[in-house]
Amino acid sequence: MQAPSPAASPATPEQLAAIDAAIQSHAQTRGACLPMLHTIQESLGFVPHEAIERIAAAINWSRADVHGVLTYYHDFRTAPPGRRVLKVCRAEACQAMGCERLEQHVAERHGVAMGATGQDGELTVEPVYCLGNCALSPSVLLDGRVHGRVTPERLDALLAVGKADGGEARS
Amino acid sequence: MSVRVFVPRDSAALSMGADAVADAIVAEAGKRSLDVQVVRNGSRGMLWLEPLVEVDAAGGRVAYGPVQPGDVAGLFDAGLLEAGEHALRLGATDELPWMQKQTRLTFARVGVTDPLSLEEYQQHGGLVGLQKALAMDPAAIVEQVVQSGLRGRGGAGFPAGIKWQTVLGATADQKYVACNADEGDSGTFSDRMIMEGDPYLLLEGMVICGLAVGATEGYIYLRSEYPDARVVLTTAIERARAAGWLGDDVLGSKKAFDVHVRLGAGSYVCGEETAMLESLEGKRGIVRAKPPLPALEGLWGKPTVVNNVMTLAAVPWILDRGGEAYAAHGVGRSKGTLPFQLAGNIKHGGLVEVPFGVTLRELLYDFGGGSATGRPIRAIQVGGPLGAYLPESRFDTPADYEALAAAGGLLGHGGIVAFDDSVDMARMARYAMEFCAIESCGKCTPCRIGSTRGVEVVDRLVGGDEPKKQEALLRDLCATMTSASLCAMGGLTPLPVLSALDHFAEDFRK
Repeated sequence: MQAPSPAASPATPEQLAAIDAAIQSHAQTRGACLPMLHTIQESLGFVPHEAIERIAAAINWSRADVHGVLTYYHDFRTAPPGRRVLKVCRAEACQAMGCERLEQHVAERHGVAMGATGQDGELTVEPVYCLGNCALSPSVLLDGRVHGRVTPERLDALLAVGKADGGEARS
Repeated sequence: MSVRVFVPRDSAALSMGADAVADAIVAEAGKRSLDVQVVRNGSRGMLWLEPLVEVDAAGGRVAYGPVQPGDVAGLFDAGLLEAGEHALRLGATDELPWMQKQTRLTFARVGVTDPLSLEEYQQHGGLVGLQKALAMDPAAIVEQVVQSGLRGRGGAGFPAGIKWQTVLGATADQKYVACNADEGDSGTFSDRMIMEGDPYLLLEGMVICGLAVGATEGYIYLRSEYPDARVVLTTAIERARAAGWLGDDVLGSKKAFDVHVRLGAGSYVCGEETAMLESLEGKRGIVRAKPPLPALEGLWGKPTVVNNVMTLAAVPWILDRGGEAYAAHGVGRSKGTLPFQLAGNIKHGGLVEVPFGVTLRELLYDFGGGSATGRPIRAIQVGGPLGAYLPESRFDTPADYEALAAAGGLLGHGGIVAFDDSVDMARMARYAMEFCAIESCGKCTPCRIGSTRGVEVVDRLVGGDEPKKQEALLRDLCATMTSASLCAMGGLTPLPVLSALDHFAEDFRK
């Protein structure tokens, strides 16, 4: 969630076009900064650094203001995620049903620690604090879909399915 | 004539494979050339039985569950469409003990109807409250809500009628209704179930609120962790607009009210009303100092009613049947019903709407059936991450605002998370501080710094590093956070920490 290092690759022309389209789609939206960031991330999977300046110009805010919003919210990424995004719930109800086990399993079996993306760019694992599926804990959100009563075995099966059909990461 | 088979679209059901079950039913019916209409309803709240399939047979609706795709062919063999006998057959849905013991006012339609059907909404009593409100003066609408005794269901329990009165009395060129759908408390999902299972109810409540206070625009602040609710809600709003339930001429009354959905972005503190308003304005979700009250200077500085989903969803019933009828339920100053949510390590987890005053033990055992693991329930957390941990000796406390406060807890949004005897309460206390550190908006020092220092002190205490001194320090820190934090985030984090320490001291000495 920090500003990119100088080594971060600049946005491609396609990404810049997506940023501009997202900004344009909220031209009539009041309080548009947060909605613009959402739309950009929905289309690109993350918010490239270049978006800050463009949003700031569009809504007449300072770049610092936009940077502040971007880095305040847990949802936003400033670097591309893996092809698949797994959010593992860490909240109390899931803890009561052993969600640490899932976190540990993903780290050991799939080699991706919480908050990280695997070296092969396949999987990003992020914490989430409650998916509202607390009667069927532990829960995960995989590519935008909620799964309940998740065991390590079930998680492996879910991850294997996605690999086969090559689905796009959703959120 | 086609037989209707219900497969919930509620995300709890989806999380257990409801889509695949619905597909399997369609495929199996096709294979057998049977005329079946699959309806995607909300959930009945018996979440441990999801996916719960119902068939609308001659004698009424009959439930089967939990159904997996592999069960479908066998169910058809057993005569599913005539409600035939099968190992998964539970009986007539309305006669199941879980349903019979409830008083479903707010959740009356949830699980019964197709959530997106405008016709079914009206056939099952929808819009009656709004139609009555359209014929009333704003002050008379507010009066009904005052009489109902309805209190804010988000957790604070502030009387809704008083809030509405304040906004009604304010003079401004624009007023707003802001619905708080940032249901971030672990162990809660009633808002989600309404938004996915009966979204027009929430919209109707918001329109009534707008009529009552003179607001023409409403915003729903929906958390991003609810992708399924977002789909249902945005579709419902489009259909309601097309049907003239929302817009410039609500039900032909010449009165205007429209609703917009805004998405949160993973910040727990945005469930605090002033942080939510900042976030709705597109900014960082930083808590505002009060006063000014949002009722006078809220969204974009205008008078704003900020109410939780459950509060607004209770309103159509109140306008339909009258405030007094609502107040006839409940106990003391906790009037009406509350949809309780049973979660965590619980055998029968789900949603139970009953009048205030039910005891925690009844919820945990009569409805919940004890722990999921079969071990004794050692602790429960009532009211989300900022609620107290209570031991078994407090389970006979009635679940109402005052009684729980007297027992050292809070009711919050009505969520109860159960833990069995394998729980490490020192770890839960540490987590409460850790969560506060992760989610603090950073505006006030006791919350921003105190939470991080809190994690460290708990670590030293558990590590046996001068434990007496550390405990005194922890209590002192908690006292500072309680009295000096700007909002409930820092102000209530000490509640789970100290309740764990007070009731489960043995876990802190190792």
